Amino acid sequence: MKALYLSVRAFLFSGFQFGKDLFSKPYHACIFAHCLMAISVENLSKRYGEQWAVKELSFSAGSGEIVGFLGPNGAGKSTTMKIITGYLAADGGSVEVCGLNPENQGMEVRRRIGYLPEHNPLYLDMYVREYLAFAGGLSGLRGNHLSNRVDEMIDITGLSLECHKHIAALSKGYRQRVGLAQALIHDPEVLILDEPTSGLDPNQVLDIRQLIIALGKEKTVMLSTHIMQEVEAICDRVVIINKGQKVADDRLENLRSKSAGTQTVRIQFAAPVQEAFFRQLGEDVQLNHLGDNRWRLSSTDPNLRQRASQFALKHNLEVLELAAERNSLEEIFQTLTRRVDDI
Amino acid sequence: MWTIYKKEIRSFLSSLIAYVVMVVFLTAIGLFMWMIKGTTVFDLGVAGMDVLFQFAPLVFVFLVSAVTMKSFAEEKRLGTLETLTTHPVSDWGIIFGKFLAALSLLVFSLIPTLIYYFTIHRLGDPPGNLDTGATWGSYAGLILLGAAYVSIGLFSSVMTDNQIVALILSMSLCLAFYLLFGLAGEVEWMQGFDRSLEWFGLEFHYRSISRGVADTRDLMYFFSFVAVFLYLTKFKFSARKW
Repeated sequence: MKALYLSVRAFLFSGFQFGKDLFSKPYHACIFAHCLMAISVENLSKRYGEQWAVKELSFSAGSGEIVGFLGPNGAGKSTTMKIITGYLAADGGSVEVCGLNPENQGMEVRRRIGYLPEHNPLYLDMYVREYLAFAGGLSGLRGNHLSNRVDEMIDITGLSLECHKHIAALSKGYRQRVGLAQALIHDPEVLILDEPTSGLDPNQVLDIRQLIIALGKEKTVMLSTHIMQEVEAICDRVVIINKGQKVADDRLENLRSKSAGTQTVRIQFAAPVQEAFFRQLGEDVQLNHLGDNRWRLSSTDPNLRQRASQFALKHNLEVLELAAERNSLEEIFQTLTRRVDDI
Repeated sequence: MWTIYKKEIRSFLSSLIAYVVMVVFLTAIGLFMWMIKGTTVFDLGVAGMDVLFQFAPLVFVFLVSAVTMKSFAEEKRLGTLETLTTHPVSDWGIIFGKFLAALSLLVFSLIPTLIYYFTIHRLGDPPGNLDTGATWGSYAGLILLGAAYVSIGLFSSVMTDNQIVALILSMSLCLAFYLLFGLAGEVEWMQGFDRSLEWFGLEFHYRSISRGVADTRDLMYFFSFVAVFLYLTKFKFSARKW
């Protein structure tokens, strides 16, 4: 009866939203394709005392996308995620998850979200299977369906050997898997993962990443991290924030090519080369001797690699290695988050 | 709500708290009733369970506070409140689940004392000479009093993330509501108000129900008392978002 009431209420409310938004931002709350935008955040602000944790942040995540939420420590990543899940209330702006507002339609939003909080809090005195059944029960799963889902989750997250242990007896990596399993058990449309791989050993990191990639095929995943390689390995799109404000929001390729103003080339010769001699390459080229006859060249010239090889041919220098360095996300991240610092 | 209830019960049973609390409660009551000179049934010479019902409210103060102190404080400290409240379960569901679980534990720890009832029933002269109505009334009163204590305990626990603070706060509030109003009535310059002051305390209504008379005023008092404290708990609990 209550479920009926809730669904009717949600339906009416979404209809109301539809009408309201039809003129202002029609793409937002299309009633027939509720989950076109799985997460949409607009002008979100949150203040702790005097300090703005998040300030006028806007971004969105389409359904089936894996969005990396990147930022240095204390940038407001966790706060934003807590607001999206409805754990915290915003001071300004709006959040919608599948077209629903976490503040007045909390229950509906919670049913659609799987959330792994930052430090992965777990009841240490519970058994793995018991805890997953508890989490499923909270989400309204019952009986056979619940125990099937628990088995499935244990299977997916590779907890089969540990499922009869106390959570307190598990290593950090396995606890993280329990946290993920807990977030997944009710088969949510949207997954919010706050630093899912922090503190894991390299193998565990790879396992968890593979799991997230597999999940991202069907679900919308938003994961926060301060590790750049993680974003490169998993995400389709990246939102970078710094001090509560957005500094970049783009697909990875675009971000790379945009900031690829400078070309970097690494070159290694068989024999030593004098720097003064190498300078003949051109005024615009910055030289950096890395030792062992290795050099790093950087310039705004897109044909830097050709120029370097022609130079070597002309002067009969034997080249052992010549490679263009990709402008890594790490550098992009550093330039973006530093730039705001300077302002 | 039942998911929370089941989880709480299992966590009582899988930790030592439930067992320690019940052993302490039953030992203390057993000692007062049968062993310690001056308070035993034999010393009183009356076939009644007054000893139990006199001491139980005081022992309950420790018992309930110990059971409820971790209910919210621990979840806040561990951060599990964040997972709990981002699942589709309402704040009232969480609070009622915890309330009923703690109350069930209390009722459960009272069950073994039924043995005393049958013992004293047989001890009476002639056997069976025991005020049955008053006894059942007292049990009902004890459970209602327990419910009031549990609501105080939950409220104390939601106020802090430190279990010790919750324990002390809960014990002080329980004792204050149980004894203080009665004691205040005895202060000389308060003599004029003693009846009305007493009326505010839990003890007055507990004693009233113990006589075996189910007065709706007393029942209403307990229900309102529990409602007020649960509402305060809900208020503080929902205020986490601000």
